[in-house]
Amino acid sequence: MIVSEPILTLADVVVAFDALRAVDGVSLTVPRGQRRAIIGPNGAGKTTLFNAIAGALPPTGGRIAFDGHDVTKLPPHRRAQLGISRTFQITNLFPRLSVQDNMVLALRGRSTRKFSLFGKPDVDGAEAPQIAAALDAVRIAARADVMVKDLSYGEQRQLEIALSLVTSPRLLLLDEPAAGLSPSERSMVAEIIRALDRDITVVLIEHDMDLALGLVDLVTCMFEGRVLVEESPDEIRRNKQVQEVYLGRPRHA
Amino acid sequence: MTTIATQPALQSRTFAGMTGRAVAVAAIVIAVAAALPLVLSNYQVGLATEILIFGVLAMSIDILAGFAGRTSLGHGAIFGVSTYVVVYATAQAGLSPATSFALGIAAATLVAVVFGLLAVRTSGVYFLLLTLALGMIVWGICLRWTQVTGGENGMRGDVRPEWLVSHRAFYWAVLAAASLVSYAMWRFVRSPFGLTLLGIRDSESRMRSLGYNVSVHLFVGFAVSGFFAGVAGALYAMFNNFVSPSTVALAQSVEGVLMMIAGGVGTLFGGFVGAAAIIALENVVSSYTERWQMVLGITFILIMIFTPEGIIGTLRAMLKRKER
Repeated sequence: MIVSEPILTLADVVVAFDALRAVDGVSLTVPRGQRRAIIGPNGAGKTTLFNAIAGALPPTGGRIAFDGHDVTKLPPHRRAQLGISRTFQITNLFPRLSVQDNMVLALRGRSTRKFSLFGKPDVDGAEAPQIAAALDAVRIAARADVMVKDLSYGEQRQLEIALSLVTSPRLLLLDEPAAGLSPSERSMVAEIIRALDRDITVVLIEHDMDLALGLVDLVTCMFEGRVLVEESPDEIRRNKQVQEVYLGRPRHA
Repeated sequence: MTTIATQPALQSRTFAGMTGRAVAVAAIVIAVAAALPLVLSNYQVGLATEILIFGVLAMSIDILAGFAGRTSLGHGAIFGVSTYVVVYATAQAGLSPATSFALGIAAATLVAVVFGLLAVRTSGVYFLLLTLALGMIVWGICLRWTQVTGGENGMRGDVRPEWLVSHRAFYWAVLAAASLVSYAMWRFVRSPFGLTLLGIRDSESRMRSLGYNVSVHLFVGFAVSGFFAGVAGALYAMFNNFVSPSTVALAQSVEGVLMMIAGGVGTLFGGFVGAAAIIALENVVSSYTERWQMVLGITFILIMIFTPEGIIGTLRAMLKRKER
């Protein structure tokens, strides 16, 4: 693996809800262009950690640096402006708008065109190819005119990825992109992620081990709000500690 | 389906294809509306004028309710502030009608800016209650600040310039103004900015994660909506030549919201239909019975049960079904 400068650095990040420390002193460094998985049993604090990185939940302690900026206290929209993009574990789209309009909103989040109060709504020459490319990448180009609430669940998950992809982010946070999908849909999502531009740093949370381990360079396993181990996919597969937190301690006769 | 890349962004289907056909429809509607005074009595022309004015108010409420997903119960107050300022500026300060008109709209926009600053961080019931409370404050000020507002007695003033004194001339002027601001509001809701309001209506958290400062967008939306409510209020000053606390009262806000709902939330032009339905009903029913408010109440209940999407919303749904 090529070691390059880090794009994301977490130093002793804590997210506490009163007495519950959902994320309890996590430090990790993600080099530019890396594919990283964050795994761990339910309640390990994975999604909370994502929310801290994306800004939806401000950390109660520690620091988060992205691409040379201290983003610890920035609101989510400012982090998005810097190039942090995320998907949601529970599908979070604009259900009463068409797929195309969902994409337009995603694309204009980082442009000034969103403040055009009386301008024409049509996509311009620069926007159209970007939208088409992102919809192609997730294979729902044919569904552009459909209202999102009329899409199948699988298609909604694909759009979920497309929305986070269309602005060419520098850090892509995928929160269980394959949650609730059928095996064939899962392998399609895996292919979509595998085909992503290597310049995009990807951090993904995934419960499906086969899917996650096949996609990433390095795996961080979390347990009870802390980092348990950080190893390559092959090492993780053999790691006794990881097996224990997922399956419980084996009983010795 | 293969030409997606080159297709213009279709706004959510409600906007789609409004270009050529929309112009034709608008031209016909305006022409018919302009011809109305030729067949109506002076009294009826007055009613039609009132419908246009309240249609603009209902549309301004729809900008927030139908597009940003936030129903304001403070727009009657914003509307009424404009009415107060216009009447005061002409009758007490002796300013020209045009200056007064501009001042009224500016004052309403200013009030909307203050309302917006306080209300944009809330949604749902909290937004409803906060805007209601803010509207009540305005009403309280208008009622108690007797030296300026005339208190309960209100204020009278000849606001209309001479060339607008006749019922017909004034109706045509209001029709022109209403057409202009309706077009502006239509452009506004279907602009790139208008799309962001729809996005906020559907998912604030997604909007934030895409890089939108949701509060700023809601604030701008509120201010723009207040500006248009101010236009309606200024026109109302000229229509009524009189203003009293009931113009800024909660009942005014509620009436605006009900007109918007009766026409169809999110249909924008439904505002005129809702205003027409309610003003007509008020006038027809009140000539038969003193309990016309009861009839109005029952009508609303029936609308809520049978056509919750409003008159225009229901018609659109029927048309869509036919097209399939």
